Amino acid sequence: MQQHTISVLVNDQPGVLTRVATLFGQRGFNIDSITVGGTEEQGLSRMIISTGGDDRQINQLMKQLHKLIDVISVTNLSENPFVSRELALIKVTASPSQLAELNGIVEPFRAAIVDVGPSSLIVQVTGDTEKIDALLVLLQSYGVIELTRTGSVAMARSIVPVTAAATV
Amino acid sequence: MSVEMAELQKKNGIPPIQFGEEVTGAETLLRCLILEEVEYIFGYPGGAVLPIYDSLYGSYFKHILTRHEQGAIHAADGYARATGKPGVCIATSGPGATNLVTGIATAQMDSVPLVCITGNVAQSLIGTDAFQEANITGITIPITKHSYFVRDIRDLPRIVKEAFHIATTGRPGPVLIDIPKDVANEKAPFTYPDKVEIRGYRASLVPSDKEVQEFVKAVSEAKRPVILAGGGIIAAQAEKELRDFAEKTRIPVINTFMGLGGFPGTHELSLAMPGMHGNYTANQALLNADCVIGLGARFDDRITMGRTKEFAPKARIVHVDIDPAELGKNVDTAVTVAGDVKSTLAKAIPLAKACESEAWISQLKEWKEQYPYKYKKDGDVLKPQAVIELLYNSTDGEAIVTTDVGQHQMWTAQYYKFKHPRSFISSGGLGTMGFGFPAAIGAQIAHPDRTVISVVGDGGFQMTNQELAIVSQYNIPVKVAIVNNQCLGMVRQWQELFYDNRYSQIDLTCSPDFVKLAEAYGVKGLRAHTPEEAEAVWAEALAHDGPVVVDFRVAQEENVYPMVASGNTLDQMELGDD
Repeated sequence: MQQHTISVLVNDQPGVLTRVATLFGQRGFNIDSITVGGTEEQGLSRMIISTGGDDRQINQLMKQLHKLIDVISVTNLSENPFVSRELALIKVTASPSQLAELNGIVEPFRAAIVDVGPSSLIVQVTGDTEKIDALLVLLQSYGVIELTRTGSVAMARSIVPVTAAATV
Repeated sequence: MSVEMAELQKKNGIPPIQFGEEVTGAETLLRCLILEEVEYIFGYPGGAVLPIYDSLYGSYFKHILTRHEQGAIHAADGYARATGKPGVCIATSGPGATNLVTGIATAQMDSVPLVCITGNVAQSLIGTDAFQEANITGITIPITKHSYFVRDIRDLPRIVKEAFHIATTGRPGPVLIDIPKDVANEKAPFTYPDKVEIRGYRASLVPSDKEVQEFVKAVSEAKRPVILAGGGIIAAQAEKELRDFAEKTRIPVINTFMGLGGFPGTHELSLAMPGMHGNYTANQALLNADCVIGLGARFDDRITMGRTKEFAPKARIVHVDIDPAELGKNVDTAVTVAGDVKSTLAKAIPLAKACESEAWISQLKEWKEQYPYKYKKDGDVLKPQAVIELLYNSTDGEAIVTTDVGQHQMWTAQYYKFKHPRSFISSGGLGTMGFGFPAAIGAQIAHPDRTVISVVGDGGFQMTNQELAIVSQYNIPVKVAIVNNQCLGMVRQWQELFYDNRYSQIDLTCSPDFVKLAEAYGVKGLRAHTPEEAEAVWAEALAHDGPVVVDFRVAQEENVYPMVASGNTLDQMELGDD
């Protein structure tokens, strides 16, 4: 099963997220991650949805999404080069004396320690999903107390302009 | 006000609508409905819709007060299916709204245009679990084409305009408008938009010339082609185009269950219905065709049996549908056209030529003669199939027939040869028991001069028979034909065939005396036990100028054949014991 990143432009209305999420459940698809936020145009939101499926399933999913009245356009970003980023905050068991050691671990990831407490600290990291997973593996040995991840935000690279014609 | 709207009001004798006049949300709604040319409203009042019902008092609208909200929405559905115009129903908040759910899902599955208006508690109470509060927009998200919760009276005209547009364009479907009580009471100057602009919504899809050329090319190469004509033919009003196309190309036509009447069942090229209870010829045609042309049909699992790889194994599948999501959804296709079937066929007819299909047509004709629908006659025992034949012969196939769900539904689809579109009204997708009788009320209201027959089982009729009050109150001359085998027939058939005759909970012998029940509502009731009695009482029923309930007591252990058992493929048909 392939992973796909779908960009869905929707009306910024109450209940639209429910409609999209309901459609996934109704049609038997799983949402691996979903992010929603504002766009360049007032009144519209963009959802970035990560999901799995073969080409036929994804094609069907995109068509079903497009049937929702509040959906303006649907684009499968995975068909072309795209940029994807995720933000994670990771709370790790550590004393202030371990700060330098942990700095040494997070720095190559261009992550940062954004809070230090008596027995824990918080690491902030942005990047693609694999990068965050890799950092997480390293931090596991210290003891991860809490983890929160945003899910991917994504955008097609500039060489492939996203136009109405490129969408379902 | 636009010139068109002013002319519309004049034409329909509607009282003039003052634009700019300050009116309540309830009055705004009714004015919008007038401007959408709504004539009938099916509904049931309650606390949250009192402002709307107050505005309805003495108004232009003909309101049908059903005895249950499910009756209201099925009646609105029957009205819509019989006319092609959107059906409108109103229910109050909470239980009133949730009582619409089955009807909304029924309409969604069969692509029926409905506008369902529900009241809700005032916005200040939303989310507090207030008395009779239900999140009906949330509940109905998966079963509506779209739904609205009105937060501001100033949005209401636009929302109503959009709702009718969405319900009736593209692939039709139900739209829900939930109006909280404070919005219904609030006042604002009345306006109504001339146009609908919904970004991202593609209301109609006219296929490109290139798509049509590919379609025609694929069809013309076939030697054993068959058209699978679905409900989309009726929704698109493409009956004439289908007939012209089939006759010009010499391609036989299979009507799906939802497509019955979209191509005359009496036509020499008609192969009638395929699938689980379809006929031998239609199923053999699918198994042996080299090209299956799906026109507004969704390749439902009652036709493919869910065995899509074994379905039409020798055929290239060509699929035309207004809903692009249907293309490639259930079966692999060779050629697809995302477009309105009427405009596709209109464009294709001038380009099309006759296929070399005469040998194929002869073969199909031979099968048709060899394997017609048949049943074993048994002296004085009244067979359910004979009842349907009686209904067909007595009306020359000209009646509008509605059904519930079960054996009687399949026998009706088999033995009543539908000649006209919108003459067969039945819950195909959802399979809703209790649908047939209220749907007949809606159809009869839409067509007061036509014979409307509601064929129901003794099970389904008991789910909505309280609407006998409606046919009595408004003297709606629906003829109810109960195919009464004193059990849940289709369940009994499956228990016999697949559960070793273990008849679990199908006994309906303790049903009311349907004749007395009808009479209790002031409706004529008749009963027949034998073929002879059936002819006599049915003639009496047709001659009666008003509603009639006829209780046909039929053989209990009669099964629907042919049958393809669940899990089997179309080549594994049981033809029955005779």
